[in-house]
Amino acid sequence: MNKKGLFGKLAAAPHILWAVLFIVGPLIFVLYYAFTDRSGAFTLKNLTSAFSAQYLSVFIRSVVYSLIATLLCLVIAYPVAYSIAQASPKTQKILIMLIMLPMWMNFLIRVYSLMSIIGNAGIINSMLKSMGLPELSMINTPGAVIFGMVYSYLPYMVLPIYTVMSKMDTRLIEAARDLGCNSGQVLSKVILPLSVSGIVSGVTMVFVPSISTFYISQKLGGGNFDLIGDTIERQFLLSNNYNFGAAISLELMILILFCMTFMNRFSDGNESGGMIV
Amino acid sequence: MSGGTKALVRQMYDKSGENVIISLRQVSKAFDGETVLDHIDLDIHGNEFVTILGPSGCGKTTTLRIIGGFETPDEGVVMFENRNIAEVPPYKRNINTVFQRYALFPHLNVYENVAFGLRLKKLPEDEIRKSVKEMLRMVNLTGFERRSPATLSGGQQQRVAIARALVNKPKVLRLDEPLGALDLKLRKDMQRELKSMQRLTGITFIYVTHDQEEALSMSDKVIVMANGKIQQIGTPVEIYNEPKNSFVADFIGESNIVDGIMQKDFLVSFAGQTFECTDKGFAKGEPVDVVIRPEDIDLVPVSESMLTGKVTQTTFKGDYYEIIADVDNFKWMIESTDCVEVGATIGLSIDPYEIHVMKKSEYSDMFGDYSTFSDEMDTLSSPDIPVVTEVTEDE
Amino acid sequence: MKHLSRIYTLLIFIFLYAPIAVMILISFNSSASTYVFSGFSLQWYKMLFHDADSMAALRNTLILAVLSSVIATIIGTLAAIGLNSYRNKYLKSGIMLITNIPMMNPDIVTGVSMMLMFAFVGGLVGSRSSLGFGTLLIAHITFNIPYVILSVQPKIRQMDKHLSEAAMDLGCTPFQTFLKVELPSIMPGVLSGLITAFTLSLDDFVISYFTIGSSFETLPIHIYTMTKKTVRPDMFALSTIIFIAVFVLLVLSNILKVDDDEKKRRAIKKQLKKAEKTAKKAVQ
Repeated sequence: MNKKGLFGKLAAAPHILWAVLFIVGPLIFVLYYAFTDRSGAFTLKNLTSAFSAQYLSVFIRSVVYSLIATLLCLVIAYPVAYSIAQASPKTQKILIMLIMLPMWMNFLIRVYSLMSIIGNAGIINSMLKSMGLPELSMINTPGAVIFGMVYSYLPYMVLPIYTVMSKMDTRLIEAARDLGCNSGQVLSKVILPLSVSGIVSGVTMVFVPSISTFYISQKLGGGNFDLIGDTIERQFLLSNNYNFGAAISLELMILILFCMTFMNRFSDGNESGGMIV
Repeated sequence: MSGGTKALVRQMYDKSGENVIISLRQVSKAFDGETVLDHIDLDIHGNEFVTILGPSGCGKTTTLRIIGGFETPDEGVVMFENRNIAEVPPYKRNINTVFQRYALFPHLNVYENVAFGLRLKKLPEDEIRKSVKEMLRMVNLTGFERRSPATLSGGQQQRVAIARALVNKPKVLRLDEPLGALDLKLRKDMQRELKSMQRLTGITFIYVTHDQEEALSMSDKVIVMANGKIQQIGTPVEIYNEPKNSFVADFIGESNIVDGIMQKDFLVSFAGQTFECTDKGFAKGEPVDVVIRPEDIDLVPVSESMLTGKVTQTTFKGDYYEIIADVDNFKWMIESTDCVEVGATIGLSIDPYEIHVMKKSEYSDMFGDYSTFSDEMDTLSSPDIPVVTEVTEDE
Repeated sequence: MKHLSRIYTLLIFIFLYAPIAVMILISFNSSASTYVFSGFSLQWYKMLFHDADSMAALRNTLILAVLSSVIATIIGTLAAIGLNSYRNKYLKSGIMLITNIPMMNPDIVTGVSMMLMFAFVGGLVGSRSSLGFGTLLIAHITFNIPYVILSVQPKIRQMDKHLSEAAMDLGCTPFQTFLKVELPSIMPGVLSGLITAFTLSLDDFVISYFTIGSSFETLPIHIYTMTKKTVRPDMFALSTIIFIAVFVLLVLSNILKVDDDEKKRRAIKKQLKKAEKTAKKAVQ
């Protein structure tokens, strides 16, 4: 007998109802719009026209930019997470708070103040100018877009990796040293394999918002480098082509699902094989 | 209630002359198709200290949970003061519990923990205060009212848990291995205290444990369980001296269990000899299990002995020596105050009243002699296998 | 090696905080430029407090955040408790899979899919603009619930199973057990879920962008509209205020937490010392 009785069984009911109405429901509408035209008749045209040369290049650009940004985040964040995890417990708390703090800052304003820094008349260029150096044109380049992604989502990479590392049993590291590992070997043979789960969730948390962003590319790319997010936004709020917008959204979801399945297989393989690089 | 159940209830009314508080009849329970309790029959009387004893997984905790109402039996009847309560939820039963690892409410202080049950009964505040104070005095925790459970030692938490249950003046107190987390010394003290509390309050205690010593020293009645069945119910003395089968004999204390043949009443043969005994009522030539406790075997000169054996191991145990002797390849355990050398030949003598004959059971061949342990030691200490030596405290 | 890693971490923090420092600096700018700092003034702060639109947006955002986080916390906490009592593993993981969709899906897809549904249902009812505060509230509750469940679930798992049984043993009905014992023990998880939900709602731009309609604005939407034109430093002033408020809150909650931990640690130490003493006595 279930000792929680009726109360325990019914407690989840509001949530289940809510989830069906407002999580499953909207997704069904995405499917419906993606497979129909404006008159409501079935069509595959929305889905196939996303593969025309124009949109295909948008897809490829989004994947490439967000992959580069994710990789950069990983490379930058890993040592940060490691050195925070090495600090004393009190310092760790403060440092992690400082890592999280920028995320509490409005995202749009953060991107906008990046413009103030790397813009043509921005702070870096005015510093260069005052030192008599040639000015750089940084904004409105692919580099600026990727820079924006790295800046915006870096904390999402640091946090999960740090969490895994801080929970790591320090005796394992001592055991590795005891068995003859030097610092580098401790890192590659013990710490890195054990932090794979943190890396995987960090990569997911950076990759998903990067590939679907539209504000960063508009502000830092000057609208010259359309990403999937920009295309979706335009279909819904400018061209009012819901059907095509739904099709691209569906394809974005499938793309992300594909990438995540790949990532998960990668991490599972690592856990069972115990090897990395 | 089905017709069968009604018949069972009627049958119980007939017998319920003598102060039975709780009765279980033909109670069965399975989890995921695995039988945990197999048609249990059980009576618990008023003002009794009952212990359910058995190895882990024997069904003792499930039995206790069924009595408390935390599990519903698949079959059978649970009677509480002549009322079938199999379907009554725990909060409507006049039974309270001391939980394993105490289960004190971490967000409430000691006083509020003890007052919890009384508050639910909506008693007036001054009455609650009086009862709680009195109960805390009884468990020696006066002055701890405002402390949080997390700041108390294991023994103190244990006392709070007992006070919290007893303050409700239940008819029956269930105790689910309550002393398991305490160290040995504290355990002994708490055993004495629990026993005197039971005497003082007159409440029936149902105590679950896997510790046979605890069971023997505290209980009025011991229920030995194994494999979802009750093996024996009796006083500690009965359980120890007259085990019903070789499981009980092996589980309670140390015992030598040998195969024997009943020649006739008061005569049994085992280990190649025939012995006088005090048991009767077996068929002529019936194969039986014979139990002899290690402390009941006397060491005598070989010339006067019934059995002779070669000593393979002697261990000093403080007030006695534990001797393993090989008698025709069967390793006997003997407890003696005399020290004998390993390799010596000794004579053994057994008085008729020290021999206990049991019917053969499903457990008969599961408990052999004391050879396995010593064999293990032999292989471990053989020179070709590296021996891990432990650092002793003397160094 | 140690120094190198310290310098590196410092550089990363500079990288993270440079734009914020720029923002704070420019909020005190005496000119209207967001690029060049020409002198100190408080004019943008004054302007901000006199700007009815910004103040209305702030009020809307706070109302939305409070409502959505409280409702999501109630639904999510109940869900976590209910799911915990489910025996059927497949049913449980199926529900969790659906629950996690808003967390895994990109915000833009969540926003767009809701917009589609609201537009369709609105079209059926016949109203032209179906989007508004109601749809925004629904959207925020929806993306908040998974985070509440996520923060309550581990507390439920950590809870001593016997606690609920002890409560029932002492006479609590299942509902009283929930109120008097289970809820207090999972309270830290519930509170942190509430705070997470509140801040997520406060900060959300993308999902709001697609579900808000045109009748009113929240703060992120207001900022977005401003950044579409030229941004004046008053938006920077607003962000600075929010930043400082959050900073103070975080520091305070951390101090409180540290205090609490310290108390617990002291109590445990005391206990250990006592145990040691009695052990020594016993040995003697």
